[in-house]
Amino acid sequence: MLGVSLVFSVLVDVCLRKGIADPAGSTIERSLPTLGFSNVRDVSVGKTIRFVIEAENEKEAHEKVESICSTFLTNPVIEEAEITIENLEQVKGN
Amino acid sequence: MTATVGVAVFPGTNCELDSIHAVESLGGNGKILWHSSKNLSEVDAVIIPGGFAHGDYLRPGAIARFSPLMSAITDFANNGGPVLGICNGFQVLTESGLLPGALQKNKGLKFLCKTVEVCVETQNSTLTRHATKGAKLSLPINHFEGNFTCDHDTLNSLLEQDRVVLRYCDNPNGSINDIAGVCNEARNVVGIMPHPERACDSLLGSEDGKVLIDSLLGLN
Repeated sequence: MLGVSLVFSVLVDVCLRKGIADPAGSTIERSLPTLGFSNVRDVSVGKTIRFVIEAENEKEAHEKVESICSTFLTNPVIEEAEITIENLEQVKGN
Repeated sequence: MTATVGVAVFPGTNCELDSIHAVESLGGNGKILWHSSKNLSEVDAVIIPGGFAHGDYLRPGAIARFSPLMSAITDFANNGGPVLGICNGFQVLTESGLLPGALQKNKGLKFLCKTVEVCVETQNSTLTRHATKGAKLSLPINHFEGNFTCDHDTLNSLLEQDRVVLRYCDNPNGSINDIAGVCNEARNVVGIMPHPERACDSLLGSEDGKVLIDSLLGLN
């Protein structure tokens, strides 16, 4: 089969693993009541990374992104990532 | 023989000259190692100094880890070469997998810049072989992400194998088990958050770092 690349938009949501202290989240949670916002809990702070990737299909895109996440975008000792992939368009055919 | 200590420099490193000054004031030779170089042939030991390698973007040490120099330092360490990571250098070593655990933001979210007391927990490491177990050292800290963390199994193996090198007397940053520094299994790679290179001259308020840098140099 000739290679046909698809373009995917990727959103990686990096958050701290369960049980890892989140000083930024706790500080925000503690300050909310003093600003008049009550009944808020489970505040956590992470980061979002967005990019575009080309792959043959969605499965391959997922595998590539998972590999990028585990080797570079997250530190598996303390972080984990939630990956959202959206197919944008077909860009090129050979 | 005079020991030559290579001091790693990434874009954003800022403690390389302090490290070289400390090494040379104790009789060693200091040599800058640029991050794109892979040549460690004339080096007896390596210091990865403090700073903000690659702007600390993504995570401290996350980008420095992929440099040509770090792959050479990994080979050097795996062949038994002494490697010391100070502050940002400790973060680079955990990101590289040469040391376990990770360094999180300080508990309390404050950048800490002060002198703290640490206790020497073992003499069995490349950094503490000339120190006395139980000795208290007064050393500066200067970090935002120095809160050492690891999972239970890792902590247990660090404790069982006597791999905690320095502990805070009064924990400033929330580090698990008051850990200020650890070593690898072979005990030749050490990472610490305090800065011994800034405590090698009475003019700077403390000479307690000398015994650590001395141990790295292998001088008696």
